[in-house]
Amino acid sequence: MSALGELSKIKRRTAPKTAEEKKADRRDNKAAYIFLLPWLVGLAFITVGPMLASLYLSFTDYNLLQSPNWIGLDNFARMLKDTRLHNSLGVTFTYVLVGVPIQLGVALLIALVLDKGIRGLPFYRSVFYLPSLLGGSVAIAILWKQIFGTTGLVNQLLALIGIQGPGWISDPSTALGSIILLHVWTFGAPMIIFLAGLRQIPAMYYEAADVDGASTWQKFIKITIPLLSPIIFFNLVLQIIGAFQSFTQAFIVSGGSGGPSDSTMFFTLYLYQKGFGQFDMGYASAMAWVLLVIIGAFTAINFVASKYWVFYDD
Amino acid sequence: MTNLPTMSKETPASTAAPEAARKKRRVRESRGTLAFSRKARSRAFLKHVLLIISGSVMIYPLLWMVVSSLRPDDLIFKDPGLWLNTLDMSNYTDGWNALTHPFGHYMINSAIVVIGSILGNLISCSMAAYAFARLKFTASTVLFGVMLLTIMLPFHVVIVPQYVLFSQIGWVNTFWPLIVPKLLATDAFFVFLMVQFIRGIPKDLDEAARIDGAGHPRIFLRVILPLMVPALATTTIFTFIWTWNDFFGALIYLTDPDMFTVPVALRAFVDSQAGTSWGSLFAMSIVSLLPVFLIFLFGQRYLIKGIATTGIK
Repeated sequence: MSALGELSKIKRRTAPKTAEEKKADRRDNKAAYIFLLPWLVGLAFITVGPMLASLYLSFTDYNLLQSPNWIGLDNFARMLKDTRLHNSLGVTFTYVLVGVPIQLGVALLIALVLDKGIRGLPFYRSVFYLPSLLGGSVAIAILWKQIFGTTGLVNQLLALIGIQGPGWISDPSTALGSIILLHVWTFGAPMIIFLAGLRQIPAMYYEAADVDGASTWQKFIKITIPLLSPIIFFNLVLQIIGAFQSFTQAFIVSGGSGGPSDSTMFFTLYLYQKGFGQFDMGYASAMAWVLLVIIGAFTAINFVASKYWVFYDD
Repeated sequence: MTNLPTMSKETPASTAAPEAARKKRRVRESRGTLAFSRKARSRAFLKHVLLIISGSVMIYPLLWMVVSSLRPDDLIFKDPGLWLNTLDMSNYTDGWNALTHPFGHYMINSAIVVIGSILGNLISCSMAAYAFARLKFTASTVLFGVMLLTIMLPFHVVIVPQYVLFSQIGWVNTFWPLIVPKLLATDAFFVFLMVQFIRGIPKDLDEAARIDGAGHPRIFLRVILPLMVPALATTTIFTFIWTWNDFFGALIYLTDPDMFTVPVALRAFVDSQAGTSWGSLFAMSIVSLLPVFLIFLFGQRYLIKGIATTGIK
């Protein structure tokens, strides 16, 4: 049941052991730590160490040249007054709360259509999956910048039917929408996961429902959704975590500025500007921790809410 | 949930149950089409219409980019169609030489980072996965939990101190900051993927090797690794695509044009062009997507299995 399921199911095992087994255990123990050595070094120096360091830096003023200067909660107090930061939170929340549900909705819809042994399934699946592999690249962001430009592909097509479209990415009211659309475009990966999940639903449930004369809609609501709910949950959690960290698309489309008028200023983009543009590393670290707390909170809410709608078969 | 059908094909575990389920399913479908053949046929037709329309909308921008890169520059702003009158390769030759170095230089840089990352992930993640999946050790539960949590950790929370660390060792504008973390199994996603795979390999095989006097290194190298080739392939392919596309890391650590990887080179190209030569920009974008597309074409099986199994099992 996926990484998430694993995490919630971890149990402690206790069983009496013979001397022979204890000896084997000791040998295993030594071998295990040797096998784990690279991972443990990485955990210490690349993950946990830097994490703690960034927590420390978030309470300092640090510009990379002078040593960090402890300023207590000043960075966080600054954040409360930083209206650009508030705006960037709004942009990010909009992106996540609009983009992820639409993306997953489309993914589920297409997965359902593809599921029922349709002819040409591998072909369709490839077509829908390909964009999700390319979507994170700079090249596609460049393409998007052109497509939604004033004289871009979208407006050229609209012109064919006599509509004069706006400059989608130069207009603050549509710029974020264009980037959300790019996120929706990458629905292929969750779609594949939905497809695999749908295959696991035993056919007998549907057969029984057919015997009882259930409609397609009833079968969808009463069988498909409950049995697919762990997969929906898994996709939801992972896509939300991922979407909060989106960066490349907004960076390229806006030329690194987060514009027009900060309408595509993602939280991560603002963090980058603060940390690596102005070398305000203390503030950037504080922002990173805020991001971690927000993502953690969303994940926690998801887990709590899951008790009410996610159905575990086993 | 039970074993995933697609997974059981590659694990030596029993394949009987999912096979039967699939057969049953096929029977159900064929029975269905016999009973309601007209209704079912029109429904299938509608589905194909829906799929073809939505698929075309998805792929159209990509095709249009390819076609536009083969057209004279000004047509990009005029011609939304896919029809090519002449084949104009000048965007490719112009774009290739538009930056400080020929574009091939950046592709070689990217290739170095990609190969280093793949080797790093394959070695370090498979070792960690063997320990998690097969060995009993102190604090294994806690460490496994920590490993799973790091999958979900946003990298922003470590990026500043990591940058400080690597810049103090003098690694800015080298490929090390992009490769070394992979040598240390920080892509925990792959550790998890491999743990799941190893768990599907029957333990009898390890036991047999152990009775023959093999130690853990031998069991790992001679028994487990050869059997987990599909998981290694999935890891290779995902690492390739993610590293090839990686922008943030390269943006931070590689500021010297000599060291640019493809994504940062493209970004430099966008900035320098200011929108004047979309044709050559498109051409180089396509060149940059080509390796990913080829990997997709030949490695699709592993990609789909990879994400399907991590999502389900």
